[in-house]
Amino acid sequence: MEQNIFQIIWFVLWGVLWAVYFMLDGFDFGLGMLLPFIAKNDVDRRIIYNAAGPFWDGNEVWLITAGGATFAAFPKTYAVMFSALYTPLLLILFALILRGVAFEFRAKEESPVWKGIWDLCLVVGSFLPALLFGVAFANFFQGLPIDWQGIMHGNTLSLLNPYGLLGGLLFVVMFIVHGALWLTIKSNGALKRRAKKVAESFWVIEMLLVIIFLVATGFFTDLWVNFFRYKWLLIIPALALLGFVAIPGFLAYGSYWKAWFSSALAILMTTAFGVAGLFPRLIPSSLNPDWSLTIYNSSSSPLTLKIMTAVALIFVPIVILYQLWTYKTFSEKVKPEFLETEEAY
Amino acid sequence: MLDVVLLSRLQFAVASLFHFLFVPLTLGLSILTAIFETLYVKTGDEDYLRAAKFWGKLFLINFALGVVTGITLEFQFGTNWSKYSMYVGDIFGSLLAIEATLAFFLESTFIAVWHFGWNRLSPKLHALSIWLVAIASNISALWILLANGWMQHPVGYTIRNGRAELTSFLEVVTNPFGWMEFIHTVSGAYILAGFFVLGISAWHLRRKREVTFFKKCFKVAAVWTLIFALFEVFNGHLHGSEVAKAQPTKLAAMESLWETKQGAPMYLLVIPDEEHERNKLELFPIPGMLSLLAYHDPGATVKGLKEWPEEERPPVALTFWSFRLMVGLGFLFAALSLWVFWKRNNPEESPWLLRILPWVIPLPYLACELGWMVAEVGRQPWIVYGLMKTSKAVSPIAPAQVGISLLAFILVYTLLGLVDFYLLFKFARKGPGAKKTLAAPSSINA
Ligand code: HDD
Ligand code: HEM
Ligand code: HEM
Repeated sequence: MEQNIFQIIWFVLWGVLWAVYFMLDGFDFGLGMLLPFIAKNDVDRRIIYNAAGPFWDGNEVWLITAGGATFAAFPKTYAVMFSALYTPLLLILFALILRGVAFEFRAKEESPVWKGIWDLCLVVGSFLPALLFGVAFANFFQGLPIDWQGIMHGNTLSLLNPYGLLGGLLFVVMFIVHGALWLTIKSNGALKRRAKKVAESFWVIEMLLVIIFLVATGFFTDLWVNFFRYKWLLIIPALALLGFVAIPGFLAYGSYWKAWFSSALAILMTTAFGVAGLFPRLIPSSLNPDWSLTIYNSSSSPLTLKIMTAVALIFVPIVILYQLWTYKTFSEKVKPEFLETEEAY
Repeated sequence: MLDVVLLSRLQFAVASLFHFLFVPLTLGLSILTAIFETLYVKTGDEDYLRAAKFWGKLFLINFALGVVTGITLEFQFGTNWSKYSMYVGDIFGSLLAIEATLAFFLESTFIAVWHFGWNRLSPKLHALSIWLVAIASNISALWILLANGWMQHPVGYTIRNGRAELTSFLEVVTNPFGWMEFIHTVSGAYILAGFFVLGISAWHLRRKREVTFFKKCFKVAAVWTLIFALFEVFNGHLHGSEVAKAQPTKLAAMESLWETKQGAPMYLLVIPDEEHERNKLELFPIPGMLSLLAYHDPGATVKGLKEWPEEERPPVALTFWSFRLMVGLGFLFAALSLWVFWKRNNPEESPWLLRILPWVIPLPYLACELGWMVAEVGRQPWIVYGLMKTSKAVSPIAPAQVGISLLAFILVYTLLGLVDFYLLFKFARKGPGAKKTLAAPSSINA
């Protein structure tokens, strides 16, 4: 197949969609994972639900769009990625189902058992996707055992290798910090103080994991090769590190929004680091480099890519604008008075 | 031994039929809620505000499951139909991606704005947000049905590089088959939402609860339902002619027509007998009717199933019965909606109507599911009509994987479905909040 500029544009967009997805839904996952540890009573729990309330669904659409864009721009990658990762992907999907309904159902009955069930769904539904997305992406970075037809040789458990697990762990901790920071923005009083503490202590683990991950990446993958070939790309891991390092500084000064934005930058750039290292591959084959799926051998036709580019260039900025507007409209803290209205979760 | 093809088909059927239990109410009730809220903004009548809140609450409960079940569908093309995805992704994938970009973002973002914005937006802006949700969900229906329409009747493509590649985007988005599906499906969804509002209003009216309030809801829904119930019969017929042109095997299966006939009659009573390639029973023929309906010419020739080898025919009995039942329900809805319209100003004086209407609520659900059975089962053995067989489309994965996930789908979906319908019942029975206490705090329990 011929090479063209649109393949590169779509590779970039592909990375951007996943990165934005992790940046946004990441804090929802973090809030969900923190629920059992940080909430002392039902009011706390409801503040956590409502801190994600107006956003989680719009955030999740970034995942749907990332999936859809993979399908549209790189159909072969879409096909291999999701059939090879059949079991983990379905686990993620079921987890997301449970998480989604937890929001809507929890406040609809008063019984503590009822609420307990949905709280459990929220926790599991936040933890599993965080972990499994990390495992999956680390395995992409490392290469999947796929043959020339894109058939996976190896079972689901083979994904749980050391580097894969490291990726999973990193995502979990990154999202916990991200969620805790969001909670410092959205809450007050004791809950906020606890959120701040969690963010600070998990930040230490996060930093450790980031360093181990960057080093391990050198041993388990060839992602760094691109960065040494094109030195200017090193700005990506540098920005990621900057984001991570800045978090505790902003926290210490009580600049919660800035701390959250640092974490957001770090997540964006961490994803971008992996994606840039993959270029021009989407899924490397660990069996034979020639069997890797690249933007050249798995892309759609130039016509489709052109049309999709037009659609994306027109509509994605519009989406970003109105989503920013909703973040602004609902930027207030979740106040106890709000919990008394009937629309609160 | 169950094979991957069969398991994947079952899984797709379960996942999509279940998704479609929630989709139609979303499509219709979003508009009705928007209409109620607009009436409030225009007239200042507080009952319309309560209506928007009351129906909106039911809408949200329903919407939750619509959203979460949609995500599994989006990824199932990759997980279970990877060969299909590789073969047609160039065209089909882009339609799904466009749907997400144009519709899902708008829908999910503004439903949250509507849900949480009662005290933060001006009444006009708030009403606008529910309109955006309504528009977005209907746009999403359009794109997904253009995608499905392409599988039913592929256009605007060429076979190149071992796959279907796009040659004309315009042809794909103006595919008459997709547009017919869209018109027919959304009208069906509007009927469903109409009878939902009518049924719940009737239930309360019969118990003399909130009579003024529910009479207002009843009236709006009566007009709405009449329009779409009548329109559905008409556009369903046009849809049938489109099927006759594009998918002759499906048409023959819908009518259980085995032998090719010139001036084919329509039998009011038929019992197909697939095994012996004939009908056990054919009674009450209307001469030339099938030819007339399919080709607008009573003398036209309609091809029978025997024209095709057995392996190119869809399952006949299932397609046939689904179609008959859907059409029967379609006429029933048209008749009922006339009755409802006639009584729209004083429904409380027709106890029978009030008694019947709550029981009608499930029927449009049934009609929608049956319609999909006709469309999808009738398309077999093709996944893309005339281009790719379903059996060639599946992923190279182990049957056990699909078997387990299928069981998980059935289990999780059944449980969630029960919870969701339980909540719909609960809040439908509860009725709207009392007038003055509307904004009053609901109890929080610490
Ligand atoms: C005729 C309409 C229609 C049909 C045939 C389908 N859907 Fe659907 N879908 C909708 C109409 C709809 C909707 C009305 O727009 C929903 C229902 C509830 C909702 O939130 O939006 C939705 C939700 C929805 C979502 C969640 C969106 C969100 O998070 O807001 C996804 C990912 C899909 N669908 C994907 C699919 C796929 C892959 C389908 C095909 C197999 C499909 N839908 C069939
Ligand atoms: C939500 C409404 C829908 C319902 C209720 C529905 C129903 C079904 C059913 C019952 C089957 C199984 C048919 C069989 O195997 O005999 C099926 C299969 C399938 N449908 Fe649909 N469908 C819907 C929408 C769609 C849409 C919009 C698409 C594509 C955009 C689609 C694509 C498929 C595919 C890929 C299969 C699997 C292959 C096959 O068995 O044909 N469906 N669907
Ligand atoms: C007399 C009335 C009706 C006629 C003549 C009719 C005709 C048809 C035809 C020919 C199809 C198959 C199209 C295909 O294979 O793609 C179809 C599908 C369908 N029908 Fe009906 N129908 C009628 C009533 C209804 C009603 C009342 C509903 C729902 C409330 C409904 C919902 C559907 C749905 C959801 C589909 C599948 C999607 C599609 O193909 O459009 N139909 N109908």
